[in-house]
Amino acid sequence: MCLAIPAKLIGKIDRLATVEVGGITRKVSLMLLPDAQVGDFVLVHAGFAIQTVEEEEAKRTMELLKELTELA
Amino acid sequence: MKNERIQLAHGSGGKLSQELVAKVMVPAFDNEVLNELHDGAKVTIQGARLAFTTDSYVVKPLFFAGGDIGKLAVCGTVNDLSMTGAIPSYISAGFIIEEGFPFADLSRIVESMRVAAEEAGVLIVTGDTKVVGKGAVDGIYINTAGIGSVIEGTDISPSKVRPEQDIILSGCVGDHSIAVMAGRHDLSLPQTITSDCAPLNGLVKEILAAVPQVAVLRDPTRGGLAATLNEIAMQAGVGIIVEETAIPIRPEVVAVCEIMGFDPLYLANEGKMLIFVESQFSAEVLAIMKAHKYGRAAQVIGKVTASPAGQVGVRSLIGGVRLLDMPVGEQLPRIC
Amino acid sequence: MPNNQGDEIRQAAAVLVKEIDRLVKQPVRIMEVCGTHTVAIFRAGIRQLLPSQVELVSGPGCPVCVTPNDYLDTAIAYSRCDDVIITTFGDMLRVPGSSSSLRAEKAVGADVRIVYSPLESLDIAASNPGKKIIFLAIGFEATAPTAAATVLTAEKLGLDNFYVLSAHKLVPPALRALMADRKVKVDGFLLPGHVSAIIGEQPYHFLEREYHVPAIIAGFEPLDILQSVYMLVKQIHTGTAVVENQYSRVVKPGGNQVARQVLAQVYEEADATWRGIGVMQGSGLRVNSKYRRFDVRVRLPVQVENTCEDAACRCGEVLRGLVKPADCLLFGKTCVPEHPVGSCMVSVEGTCAAWYKYGAWRWQK
Repeated sequence: MCLAIPAKLIGKIDRLATVEVGGITRKVSLMLLPDAQVGDFVLVHAGFAIQTVEEEEAKRTMELLKELTELA
Repeated sequence: MKNERIQLAHGSGGKLSQELVAKVMVPAFDNEVLNELHDGAKVTIQGARLAFTTDSYVVKPLFFAGGDIGKLAVCGTVNDLSMTGAIPSYISAGFIIEEGFPFADLSRIVESMRVAAEEAGVLIVTGDTKVVGKGAVDGIYINTAGIGSVIEGTDISPSKVRPEQDIILSGCVGDHSIAVMAGRHDLSLPQTITSDCAPLNGLVKEILAAVPQVAVLRDPTRGGLAATLNEIAMQAGVGIIVEETAIPIRPEVVAVCEIMGFDPLYLANEGKMLIFVESQFSAEVLAIMKAHKYGRAAQVIGKVTASPAGQVGVRSLIGGVRLLDMPVGEQLPRIC
Repeated sequence: MPNNQGDEIRQAAAVLVKEIDRLVKQPVRIMEVCGTHTVAIFRAGIRQLLPSQVELVSGPGCPVCVTPNDYLDTAIAYSRCDDVIITTFGDMLRVPGSSSSLRAEKAVGADVRIVYSPLESLDIAASNPGKKIIFLAIGFEATAPTAAATVLTAEKLGLDNFYVLSAHKLVPPALRALMADRKVKVDGFLLPGHVSAIIGEQPYHFLEREYHVPAIIAGFEPLDILQSVYMLVKQIHTGTAVVENQYSRVVKPGGNQVARQVLAQVYEEADATWRGIGVMQGSGLRVNSKYRRFDVRVRLPVQVENTCEDAACRCGEVLRGLVKPADCLLFGKTCVPEHPVGSCMVSVEGTCAAWYKYGAWRWQK
């Protein structure tokens, strides 16, 4: 229902950010995520950043899966 | 829908294009050669086996990273001939130019046609120019036709496709489409993404000299890998299974696809080919390709299966299989 | 992707499938509410990997699919006005209305432009002062704030030729209506990750309180989905029913408050018609009185043809998981992606389109 992708915030001027995905850069609006900082990973949907992506949480998911793999 | 009209999707190389050809063109022109519906026709004139093809070029923008409409017009026709197993010799060029079109742009396009023809070793021997009123075309359209002789000892045809044959792809998919679309969707691309537009006749000649047993050669242009694999599966009455992880694709192309909601397997290529061959010859074909500048990233991407006839499946990273369907229309950016 | 990571993913997937198999003792029906999940499930071939006792059904989570015919007919009527430019996400272009589609109108001269972001509509409005720019504002809670932010930006820029034709929908009221429908049988939900990024976890808690149904907020990678299914069958196995968040790297418990504020500035809750399902109370959004001048239906009323839907189309039942696409007489015959009858066949995310395109009925084990 909502295609969205994680992108790295590499520049920010007011409510306009530049994000990078796999070497591609693009302008997105920060109107819905004004506190996002350069260096954050953000989720981009329809030209807007809508949430930050927590790398630590992502690692934790992978670790949980690893544990499960080792248990099996 | 009543009073149906031609829509852009009818020209996208997918199901609607097929339908247009099947409903309107084939019944009118009906003959054995045409009915094979290959990009190039094989004909015999006074005992000589010839290949003959034509294509029109309407790309926007006219100039893009890695090429322009002129290079495309020469390479496209050279490749269509090559995919029938022929050596391209002579090409015609027809220009339809909009009133007011800059002379400098025309010269630039013609120069890149000259360079492409030189590389491919073909001569542009006849042509035509028409100028139409402002707005009647968008800048310039080019039509090219080509003729060449079929390499002896080869018989490239879907009827030669058999189960267990390997499917080899000559390199990364999607580069051309992404390079051309970048301008339209305001994407700034890194310089690593340029159109793959290239003449493949040199590579084809080397491969067929070493392995004349090749069953099918096909360039996945409009409609991408998905359209071409489906065409072959239908024409040959076989199934095809490809490994998603074996398909070479640049990370930058993956990124654009994620941003715009495109599927890379449906993106057009202008310098790639698929080869169907018995697996005993795969290593030899791969070695020739990898040594050639237009085949460095070549990979075996899948296999022909006996069933389900006419269908193409893709095995995902985690092992599930999905159907890879014929594209319907053009790819549109989507949010959902 | 480096091979060792690929191997790790394959290995983790195999373990999850094995664990799911071990925990499932009776048939379970799991509904994914989000169209992006539907596509991800098909693309990764997840249905075939799961044990046969686990049935995945698709719910009403594709915004294009739940948009009723009369909305399309209205958009088409506007597109026929000389001074109108329609801006829309690519998804809407092929959707059939009662007798036409935007793509067909474009072919005979309508000015219909595809945008990736609703904000692009404002550039078009600024450079076409003599035209009226109408943005087709569809989508759920993840997309609606982007339309609201666009309205606020238009106000700030003083653009008086920008309008929205709004048909936004809300997920929790739809889940409530599904649960209230006795015909609908669901043992657990995969909840939409990106909608949840905005609304957070709280709006789903009625599922555990009132209906005792487990629900997992799920991400979109193949492993996210397998892990979420695993979490669901584990809950079913132990008899628990709580809302869990598998997608914690993106979904914070409180969601995105700024986005919800932006949304609330421009929109208010309203009853909404879902295609094939009918009116659901409080399940949609309409532009509030303060911003009514951006609502095209209020500002520029238009004559719309009488809406009709194909009586044989079973999209409504498909959207509630009551029937499978193949149970519809039109499916794969008169209704195919190149000539869709119902909306579920149009969008890439539509249940019928996904079943047809990825061939659930052809490649299934």
